[in-house]
Amino acid sequence: MIGGAPGTGGAAAPAPRTEMAGAAGGEFLLEATKVRKQFGGLVAVHDVDFTIPRGGIVSLIGPNGAGKTTFFNMITGLYRPTSGTIVFDGQDITGRKPHEVVHAGIGRTFQNIRLFGNMTAIENVLVGLHHTLKGTWWQAIIQPPSIRREEDRALERARELLGIMGLGERQDDLARNLPYGDQRRLEIARALATNCRLLLLDEPTAGMNPEETRQLTQFVRSLRDRLGLTILLIEHDMKVVMGISERVTVLDHGEKIAEGTPDEVRADVRVIEAYLGRGAAGRG
Amino acid sequence: MAVVTSPVGARRGFPNPFRDVAASRRQRTILVVLLVLAIGYPFFYQAIPDVLPRPSVNNLIVMVYYAILALGLNIVVGFAGLLDLGYVAFYVFGAYSTAFLASPIFGLHVSWWLVIVVAVAVAATAGILLGAPTLRLRGDYLAIVTLGFGEIVPQLVRNLDKVNINILGVQVIGPDFNLTGGPLGINPIDAPTLPIPGPWGRELVFSNGNPAGSLYLAMGLLVLSFFVCRRLRDSRLGRAWMAIREDETAAASMGINTVTTKLLAFALGASFSGLVGAFVGAYQTAVFPESFNFSVSISILIMVILGGMGSLRGVIVGAFVMTYVSQTLLPFLGGFIDGPVQSFGKQTGVGFLENFTLVAYNFLIFGVILALLMIFRPEGLLPAAARKAELHGEGVAAEATFGTDTSVADAATEFEEQIGGIAEAEGPGASPPGAPGAPGAPGAPAGEETAGGAS
Repeated sequence: MIGGAPGTGGAAAPAPRTEMAGAAGGEFLLEATKVRKQFGGLVAVHDVDFTIPRGGIVSLIGPNGAGKTTFFNMITGLYRPTSGTIVFDGQDITGRKPHEVVHAGIGRTFQNIRLFGNMTAIENVLVGLHHTLKGTWWQAIIQPPSIRREEDRALERARELLGIMGLGERQDDLARNLPYGDQRRLEIARALATNCRLLLLDEPTAGMNPEETRQLTQFVRSLRDRLGLTILLIEHDMKVVMGISERVTVLDHGEKIAEGTPDEVRADVRVIEAYLGRGAAGRG
Repeated sequence: MAVVTSPVGARRGFPNPFRDVAASRRQRTILVVLLVLAIGYPFFYQAIPDVLPRPSVNNLIVMVYYAILALGLNIVVGFAGLLDLGYVAFYVFGAYSTAFLASPIFGLHVSWWLVIVVAVAVAATAGILLGAPTLRLRGDYLAIVTLGFGEIVPQLVRNLDKVNINILGVQVIGPDFNLTGGPLGINPIDAPTLPIPGPWGRELVFSNGNPAGSLYLAMGLLVLSFFVCRRLRDSRLGRAWMAIREDETAAASMGINTVTTKLLAFALGASFSGLVGAFVGAYQTAVFPESFNFSVSISILIMVILGGMGSLRGVIVGAFVMTYVSQTLLPFLGGFIDGPVQSFGKQTGVGFLENFTLVAYNFLIFGVILALLMIFRPEGLLPAAARKAELHGEGVAAEATFGTDTSVADAATEFEEQIGGIAEAEGPGASPPGAPGAPGAPGAPAGEETAGGAS
């Protein structure tokens, strides 16, 4: 429980796992095998194999409707895969419920921000801490000292996370009243509160200006470097993708068409056709 | 803002239950005064001239127990955002389990103090059983299904007076087994008693024969309910409810088990109606299916909306206002209006005026009040701060933050109360119609502040 021992397992402590990406080598934090999602006759994700190395920053890219978010939603349990398996850190999480996936250690943000608008920033983060806390309904009523302490620690932890995200001053603002960039950051703070080891970011820089995008990109890298998180990004902004990802997977029409380092992907003909090609054609 | 949030440590130390109800000294003073007034009300009520719309002690009791029902429904509707149109169903379970355990119908006469525990447990279980099929439903669909339950359960008790169950030709239950007393209800139900001798006899009896005692019992239950609601709201569970209300998918993706959390909302919300069912059954010494109409569900929902969804103090005020108007104010005004209108109707030959009684227009009047409220003050009379912000945009954001971070630290509450206490202390007195008539005032806001001290 992170609230219980701040600094020991908590994300705030600079983790010694910095070099894990290299050290762990072939060991994957997440392995998806032949994952398929069918909506009626439409195959949104077509037997995709996908892996995320420990401590890595991996991107999932592809044109609109390529199946990226569908894939995300299968990992996080919002959709149940039609077939295939998803293994996270040795445990099969295929078809698990969203909250069970969170308990396993996967946190996420949403493409269209989904904060709890009428709750304050700190309450949003406290909700993220929910599953790390133990208080039951009757303990809420009786409030034994252990629960009061737990709540105090949760508050402390929530403030710490807001501080990390540069939202310390806004903790009592309603989430809906925060500026757009702050809302994006609050979503990340909320996801970090779940004490996740794998963080899924669904277009985190959508709608941000170039400066905000640059800051967020740096921040995402520091999350990995300082906190030892493994990160999966869905991103449209190619600058972001190429700048920070170690591996890029390209989806098009639900199929994986390429995978590799940013440079390899950039050079891949099918990718250029499917995705980058359009951009190039547009410019030319 | 820094003042509001800094001292986390304010929570530490021994829990002071009183502090939970009223944080600031000013609030505490008001609370004590109103409590004293409410406790004294049965004694000085007779002295109030009846040219004023004074609530009788029995009216006051009705106000108090509807406030508890409103608090219960508020958990489901206001906290968890699940629109429940069949809350009366749980009330039925509470009332009839009381009747079964403490009446001649099965010859059981269990002590009421035990019965109330059973009634709460039964109602909570009913909450889980009726809540479970609705878990996958959202919004309108949920409302329709709960509406169905709210109709089914009272129909059941109305018709389960001749139960015959045959399995393979063998009569297992029957012939004409009388489970619920049918339309006649169950009568008489034992009253709660305490073995305290005094001028009232060998033991103290809480029933309609002893309105003062019943009032105190009801007030005690209201204070208890408020206390429980407030702690639930400011807990891990309360935050989970609100997260589900705000965005169920996001809540699930943050690790909240939406199934158990929603079931807990149904169960805990229903348990308050079990409390009231046990109280009302004993207080009226009878239960009748007629007391559990669909209109009860709607009335309680109106109280919640009128007062301010999600706001504890608000829903209590909503219940008080609505019950006061329908039980006391309308009959009182009707006393002046009905006669002249009827004779006017007779003179002019207008049929519906000949039989005019103001009380009969109860729901019409509430309809108008509710419509006006939705236009001019959609957040309710005493809204939860967040909801005020939601409906009035950025303008009140700063205010809103004071309100919502009460769950963050009691220190925040204290601060808020010092600021808000002034307005709030005047608010309930100023808005409900109970205020203008001096005699109405001590009664009405009394119970409200009893519980309403903190936001």
